Amino acid sequence: MTQVTTPAGAAGTAGDGVMVRAEQVHKSFGSVEVLKGIDLEVRSGEVCCLLGPSGSGKSTFLRCINHLEKINAGRIRVDGDLIGYRERGGKLHEMREKEIAAQRRAIGMVFQRFNLFPHMTALQNVAEAPVLVGRERKAAARERAAALLERVGLGDKLGNYPGQLSGGQQQRVAIARALAMQPKLMLFDEPTSALDPELVGEVLDVMKDLARDGMTMIVVTHEIGFAREVGDSLVFMDDGVVVESGAPREVIANPRHDRTKAFLAKVL
Amino acid sequence: MSSETDTTERARPEPIQAVPVRHPGRWVAVAVIGVLVAMFVHLLVTNKAFNWAFMVDEMFRPPIMEGLRGTLALTVLAMLIGVSLGVVVAIMRLSENPILRGVSWAYTWFFRAVPRLVLAILFGNLGILWARIEFGLPFDRQIGALFGVDDFEARLFGFSALEILTGFVAGMLALGLSEAAYMAEIVRAGIQSVDEGQTEAAQALGLSRTQILRRIVLPQAMRVIIPPTGNETIAMLKDTSLVAFVPVSTELFFQLKAVGNRTFQVFPMYVAACLWYLLLTSVLLVGQYYLERHFSKGFGKSGQAKIRLRGITAEAGGSASEAGR
Repeated sequence: MTQVTTPAGAAGTAGDGVMVRAEQVHKSFGSVEVLKGIDLEVRSGEVCCLLGPSGSGKSTFLRCINHLEKINAGRIRVDGDLIGYRERGGKLHEMREKEIAAQRRAIGMVFQRFNLFPHMTALQNVAEAPVLVGRERKAAARERAAALLERVGLGDKLGNYPGQLSGGQQQRVAIARALAMQPKLMLFDEPTSALDPELVGEVLDVMKDLARDGMTMIVVTHEIGFAREVGDSLVFMDDGVVVESGAPREVIANPRHDRTKAFLAKVL
Repeated sequence: MSSETDTTERARPEPIQAVPVRHPGRWVAVAVIGVLVAMFVHLLVTNKAFNWAFMVDEMFRPPIMEGLRGTLALTVLAMLIGVSLGVVVAIMRLSENPILRGVSWAYTWFFRAVPRLVLAILFGNLGILWARIEFGLPFDRQIGALFGVDDFEARLFGFSALEILTGFVAGMLALGLSEAAYMAEIVRAGIQSVDEGQTEAAQALGLSRTQILRRIVLPQAMRVIIPPTGNETIAMLKDTSLVAFVPVSTELFFQLKAVGNRTFQVFPMYVAACLWYLLLTSVLLVGQYYLERHFSKGFGKSGQAKIRLRGITAEAGGSASEAGR
């Protein structure tokens, strides 16, 4: 990345410039092993796109990064801090609920199904967490929320409830809601998969803006075009392992692995 | 081109005037029900045992009105206990703590298994267990004995159980505690009806468990919780008649029964009880209708459609003003 301008992107990065480091992450649901040893490194300011067939474990991996899922083995570090555990005397200690919540504040997440709070207006959706969690003054939070909604192009929808917004508008509110916590990392879980085709563009445009501003992003997506244009790195996952990774143009143009070739042949 | 002109030139067909299907069954039903209603009205008018004049004369007397006030107060207080405790029990039931889950399960099990009438009478007789109820250090005498102090007492305050636990308070506690068990199930269903994604989104924002419950989940669960709570309130109003057997004297059914027993005109007073409860529940039913309509706003099919419609008109207005700019 050439520049890091937003306060979010500039917020204290670990000395080595690595935002996310996953080592040998394993995750099972019952007897089904979904992640079979994922190694991944995302540098500060990098946009990393996770690609792969459904059921390959990419969404699960994303949810492990902010501890919505507990991993069974391996380590995930965000900005140098171990997620969900504390290492003391060579032993792992589970974190308390409060500490996990504190870690999550620095990690924004956008869901496939938006998950906006239906009983709150767009403005309330965005301003809620900073007031409750960040102990921000109500008026200040509302002002900042309005500015964020303006930034995602919804300055005229502050008072609308999610039920009154289109899918694309809802997803943009969801992005603004995550940004309100001033995260240093944003996770996108198939942000455009639930949208009508003509609404995909407006959400991708907001994400491109974010990337340009230097936000570190991990994006699970099926939008090959977005990965090629905006992504700094592309990781192809299948059956719980990373099959191959590299520069997006390179991987998309010359996939080395058969499984990558087969997948790209289907989606391109 | 030619087909278009065809359709405009073709004459509009005659409106359909078909012979409607006959429903002889309906007429038979009307006849049968008519005869039954006539028999019932005849019974009401001619049977002397109803003693209508006496009933109307008695059913608005001051003791009865006091009983009515008592019944309403009992309904409100028991429901307040039931709803607030029910929320707590439901949250315990959904907690991650296995002890709390177990306690909540046992509570619901006990209070749903024992009939309200039995519970009410049992509570009315709790004075047999303790003469006084006192608050302070538990097992104070035993602890005192352990350290060699005789008659060690660490009690802050107390009151006579016979004074407090008879009558109204016993009835209120029995009904309220039993209601809490049912409300807990209703609240639990409401909480579970809220999409898991809501909790996840709130977690991802860094909200704590209590914040998520209070600000995100419970407000959305209300939509599911409110309608059955209306039903519970109506059921509670009727169940207050059970505490007449505690006995609670400031209660509608007790007062009506008392008049009946005193004057040996038992039946008219039972009819009066029917009429009073009919009137009260009818008022509550009307209230429930409006409450449900209010809480389905913004949700459900028609509610969603209404909000959409408002959004569309707002959008149309918005674009018009934009054009004007």
